[in-house]
Amino acid sequence: MNALKIDGAADVRALVLTGYGLNCEAETCAALQTVGARVTARHVADAIADADALAGFQLVVFIGGFSFGDHIASGRVFANRLRFKMGERLLRHVGDGGLVLGICNGFQTIVKLGLLPGLEPGLAQRVSLVMNDRLGYWDAWVRLAVDRASPCVFTRALPPVIELPSRHGEGKLVFEEGPLRQVLEDRHLIPVRYADEAGAATERWPDNPDGSPGGIAGLCDPSGRVFGLMPHPEAYLYPENHPRWIAQREAGTLPEHGLGLHLLAGGVRAIAGG
Amino acid sequence: MRKLRFSQPGARLTAEWSCAKQGPVAFPPAEHPREKVPELCTYRLEIAVRPGLGDALATATGAQLAGMRPTGLRTRKVYLLDLDIGPDEAERVLAALTDPVAEVGAVGALPDQFGAPAGAAGEPWLLTIGFRPGVTDSVGTSVKRAAEDCLGRSLRGQVYTATTYVLWGLEAAEAERAARELHNPLIERAALERSPRPAEFTVPRAGAGHDATVAVVALRAADDAALMRISTQGLLALTLTEMRAIQRHFADLGRDPTDAELECLAQTWSEHCKHKIFAAPIEYTDPAGATRTVERGLFRTYIRGATEAVAAARVADGRDGAAPFLVSVFHDNAGVVRFSDDDHLVYKVETHNSPSALDPYGGAMTGIVGVNRDSLGTGLGADLLTNVWGYCFGEPDFDGQLPPGLMHPRRIRDGVHRGVIDGGNQSGIPYSRGFELFDARYAGKPLVYCGTVAVMPVRSAGRPTADKVVRAGDVVVMLGGRIGKDGIHGATFSSVELDESSPVQAVQIGDPITQKMVADFLAEARALGLYSGLTDNGAGGLSSSVGEMAQLTGGADIDLALAPLKYPGLMPWEVLISEAQERMTLAVPKDKLDALLELARRREVEATPLGEFTSTGRLRATWAGKPVVDLELEFLHEGTPRVPLRARWSPPARPDSPAAAVAAVLGEARLTSEPGAIEHDLLDMLARPNMTSNEHLARRYDHEVKGLSVVKPWVGARQDVPSTATVMRARHLRPEGVVLAEGVHPHYGDLDTDAMARACVDEAVRRALCAGARIDRLAALDNFCWPDPVQSDKTPDGEHKLAQLVRCCEGLRAACEAFGVPLISGKDSMKNDAHLGGVKISIPPTLLVSVIGQMPDVRRALDLTPIAAGDLVFVLGPTGRHLGGSELARLRGLVLPGAPTTDLGAAAARYAAFAAARDAGLVRSAHVAGRGGLAVALAHMTMAGELGLDLDLDDGLLRQVPEDMPLTPAELLFSESTGRIVLTCRPAAAGALTGRLGPHGLVALGRVAEPGADGGGWLRVRRGAQALIEVTGARLRERFRPAAVHGPPAPLPARAQEVRR
Repeated sequence: MNALKIDGAADVRALVLTGYGLNCEAETCAALQTVGARVTARHVADAIADADALAGFQLVVFIGGFSFGDHIASGRVFANRLRFKMGERLLRHVGDGGLVLGICNGFQTIVKLGLLPGLEPGLAQRVSLVMNDRLGYWDAWVRLAVDRASPCVFTRALPPVIELPSRHGEGKLVFEEGPLRQVLEDRHLIPVRYADEAGAATERWPDNPDGSPGGIAGLCDPSGRVFGLMPHPEAYLYPENHPRWIAQREAGTLPEHGLGLHLLAGGVRAIAGG
Repeated sequence: MRKLRFSQPGARLTAEWSCAKQGPVAFPPAEHPREKVPELCTYRLEIAVRPGLGDALATATGAQLAGMRPTGLRTRKVYLLDLDIGPDEAERVLAALTDPVAEVGAVGALPDQFGAPAGAAGEPWLLTIGFRPGVTDSVGTSVKRAAEDCLGRSLRGQVYTATTYVLWGLEAAEAERAARELHNPLIERAALERSPRPAEFTVPRAGAGHDATVAVVALRAADDAALMRISTQGLLALTLTEMRAIQRHFADLGRDPTDAELECLAQTWSEHCKHKIFAAPIEYTDPAGATRTVERGLFRTYIRGATEAVAAARVADGRDGAAPFLVSVFHDNAGVVRFSDDDHLVYKVETHNSPSALDPYGGAMTGIVGVNRDSLGTGLGADLLTNVWGYCFGEPDFDGQLPPGLMHPRRIRDGVHRGVIDGGNQSGIPYSRGFELFDARYAGKPLVYCGTVAVMPVRSAGRPTADKVVRAGDVVVMLGGRIGKDGIHGATFSSVELDESSPVQAVQIGDPITQKMVADFLAEARALGLYSGLTDNGAGGLSSSVGEMAQLTGGADIDLALAPLKYPGLMPWEVLISEAQERMTLAVPKDKLDALLELARRREVEATPLGEFTSTGRLRATWAGKPVVDLELEFLHEGTPRVPLRARWSPPARPDSPAAAVAAVLGEARLTSEPGAIEHDLLDMLARPNMTSNEHLARRYDHEVKGLSVVKPWVGARQDVPSTATVMRARHLRPEGVVLAEGVHPHYGDLDTDAMARACVDEAVRRALCAGARIDRLAALDNFCWPDPVQSDKTPDGEHKLAQLVRCCEGLRAACEAFGVPLISGKDSMKNDAHLGGVKISIPPTLLVSVIGQMPDVRRALDLTPIAAGDLVFVLGPTGRHLGGSELARLRGLVLPGAPTTDLGAAAARYAAFAAARDAGLVRSAHVAGRGGLAVALAHMTMAGELGLDLDLDDGLLRQVPEDMPLTPAELLFSESTGRIVLTCRPAAAGALTGRLGPHGLVALGRVAEPGADGGGWLRVRRGAQALIEVTGARLRERFRPAAVHGPPAPLPARAQEVRR
């Protein structure tokens, strides 16, 4: 497979945290390698034990999986462990201009940790991800409408609509009481939404697999450098991951790379370019 | 079990703290360092969804309680902290566990009316469902971890979880019915209380503080009746011959065996572990009446025999050069074949039938995580790649009377799916293949097949990964979960029929997250070379895992008192044979032990040295120095008496349907009397349980994790048609692919098991080839599930069932040799009968053949979806009158002769020609004609392509049929003749394709056309001017996809514990 060339990517160092039931490390590392970043996969326990674990990394990725079996609630046990053992370091990483990407369980975790939506300093959980309206896990590809006006650095070079696999049971976003949702909408901190065939945000199943209001599939912080989403960009790394790749090839529309790769590339490009 | 009190909360959501000192603990015995028992306090935490937010579990539960109409329903998570913490600490733990946005929690209890929905009136019922004492509670383990993180110290004690359902507006009888619906009493307990709740609750603390004892069994003095009593009452499943052999052995030794020795022998000699039926010499009288002896037994003659013949042929033609295709077969936990310069492929398929009958969720979950461990424990370990599953159930819409003790097939089906879904998803392993088959005879025992493909690096830490290198002196280390009473007698239980006394403790509950952490740990330890061998603790527990690995060095010596327990009170024999899950046994060189234990500590994986491997020729186990087991390995593994068996082909009479009834369905006359008759058959067939889409269940399984999928389980324009075979990359950034497919045809076995076996191998091979597999790199697994084939009073037709097995093995070997496909691993499950309430239900003999194929570049993969209007449609391979055991026969209630026979030589030549044409780029899409025949294959292609298929039987198919045996259109379209591939090609390729495949039975069917007026697919099949089928894809889809896929509520979890992300 050809690499997706990004100038300066070789200077980008990404940390992928693994272990405790997380399970998307191989594809996440492969994606970051493909775009030319230097990637380190490290067990959470070792990262917690090492005070300098985050030093030198511009991107920290919280990957998908079932941290601690998603027991109690998805991401809850992992988020607690991070809060009690690594919370300050993560805040410093973000404060120093570092990027954080949370995918699926990683999104659930950083939401429950309080890194997102990140409207104020410190760690405060103000939204949550709860059980899908149609109870239980569901695996299907979804369309995402991308908000080009969002500050999110990961999504800004994406086409208006991309497709990604979605596979989770707790992806419905809920807000604390009050005006928070409107604030997030107004500030374009909702970079991706589940979309229907016409590319419009939708709350209808199955285009929206979890019943998230407004089709919200991901959130970013006001800096655009902390981003989490439920669908899996790292699982659309190759053109052949797409369920219709043979038809796309025959129609001459097969992309050179999986479109999910471009989302990770966006993060690397933001670091390499600035 | 302890009873505690909490105050009924009103305005203040607090509770009365209840602390109790544990009683005197007599375990472990004084010789061993005793864990200090601290003072444990118990706190009850209750957490509910914040009022105003939807309670998804309540919604789902409401739908499950069909027929009951509660006026209100809410749920609460309950955590019983039985830990050494104080009241303020309990509050802090509650805060850490409760979602500040979405939930509200209390220490003690929330008010009963908390969150009452509008319209809920009166005092509610509170139904609390939790696990029975000793049942694995993995959520409880995670809560304890969270409490430790929150409080910043390690804690003693345990956490128990439960769910409370608050139900308004139900009568007492309805509430009791709800309690029955929502729990499985084998593993769960339910407490139903009317508000206001009594101020007490129980903690399901398990275990008893009594001393470990070893009993001696007075075997030498026992007569035959006593021997059989000892076997039956002890659930040993040993026959009289075997009991006598053990008696003789100990008489020679001049002593009686201990209870642990007898248990150890029973596990090791079980049908599950020793495959006695496949090893026995058989005197076989074939259908022609000729009698001969299968001297070396079925396994050596047919299974291993097939593989040896294929291997020899490969050597003879020099195909594999210096790198043999077969790397490791039959002797390890899973088969291993060569794949690339860097990796081997590992594949194993298991069955977990009996436990799934008792607790479908736990039994099936254990099936999938158990087979994962088989691959993890092959050689020095492998990286798990993808799962497969297949289930045979009773009819899901069965509405008759079930024998007492049997669960309804629908409930079994739901539970089995959920168990494998949770086990696979939480382990981070996608599924590739899945099938379901339904037949009333599977109501007694469901068949639950679970399999796993893994990728094994050719070398790791400088050593060949496929070989274990255990040496005497290496340390025996138990890794993973702790030992409890769960799963005791699993191996022997699977070797007996299901009856009213089937043991509760035979059911294990899996804990996928513990196992995932073990798997990750093993990958690290393997790369560092920290161990020299490993195997999983499955059937038979330590007795089997240590007993088997001991053969590598010639002995082992372990101290059972060192094994970590879930709770006190287990006897040494129970520790030895418990099948508590998530455990592996490692052999660790002494100079690596510290590094291994340190890594395990950092990864929060429990690792415990139990003893060492020796070369004494003996398996020895002690309890703190006192002897428990001292057995010669040779007697343990080779002492099983080989009892010759008799097989005689003597099928029961099976009168075919009268000619008039057959003609009424298949005859020409019906086409005029009932216009659209074939179309009706097709539409009705697509809605049948065996044929209809199970996508609504399949999409609960992860398809995509690892990001390697290429041809997915569901394909087509709407991704709602099951693929012919699946393709995935084996490693990232590499082009090589793994192709998976299977064949399973129990209904042909009703006519002839030889035909069944050929059809299974043929279909699995054909499917893999359709997707693009190399024809010279196919390997297969055999899974036999049989009703008891040993003649006895209970099984008067045992000789015929064994003859069916012999013929099946003959067909299997013939097909594998013809296609050049070695059998690399397999499993037999031989007692699939239920004897309940005077009713005996036996499964039909069932063979599953699973094929694993390879392709050099996944970008050459094909699927069944027609690609472009104008392309031509062909069928390759002859169609004959093969409707015996067909889906059409079952649909129309006919008994027909003529299961598909497979001309193996012709099929092998045809496939070679097809693969060459495919590799030359002449084929654009390919699909098998299988169950339901050509008609169903065409329906799949129509739905997948959303294009027209305009076909005419006169174009060639009718001309292919021999004139002296004409077929009617119904026969042509629904015959299940094996060996056929439906394919499409560009018009320009037709000439070359016909040139290559014409001699192998390629005939034109018609062409691919533009979509219909509705923009979707359509299927038209004519015979000249006569329309036989004229139907839109939308219409086909209406029948093929159950309503659950379109919109109404999805299937529901039976228990809150099963709701997973």
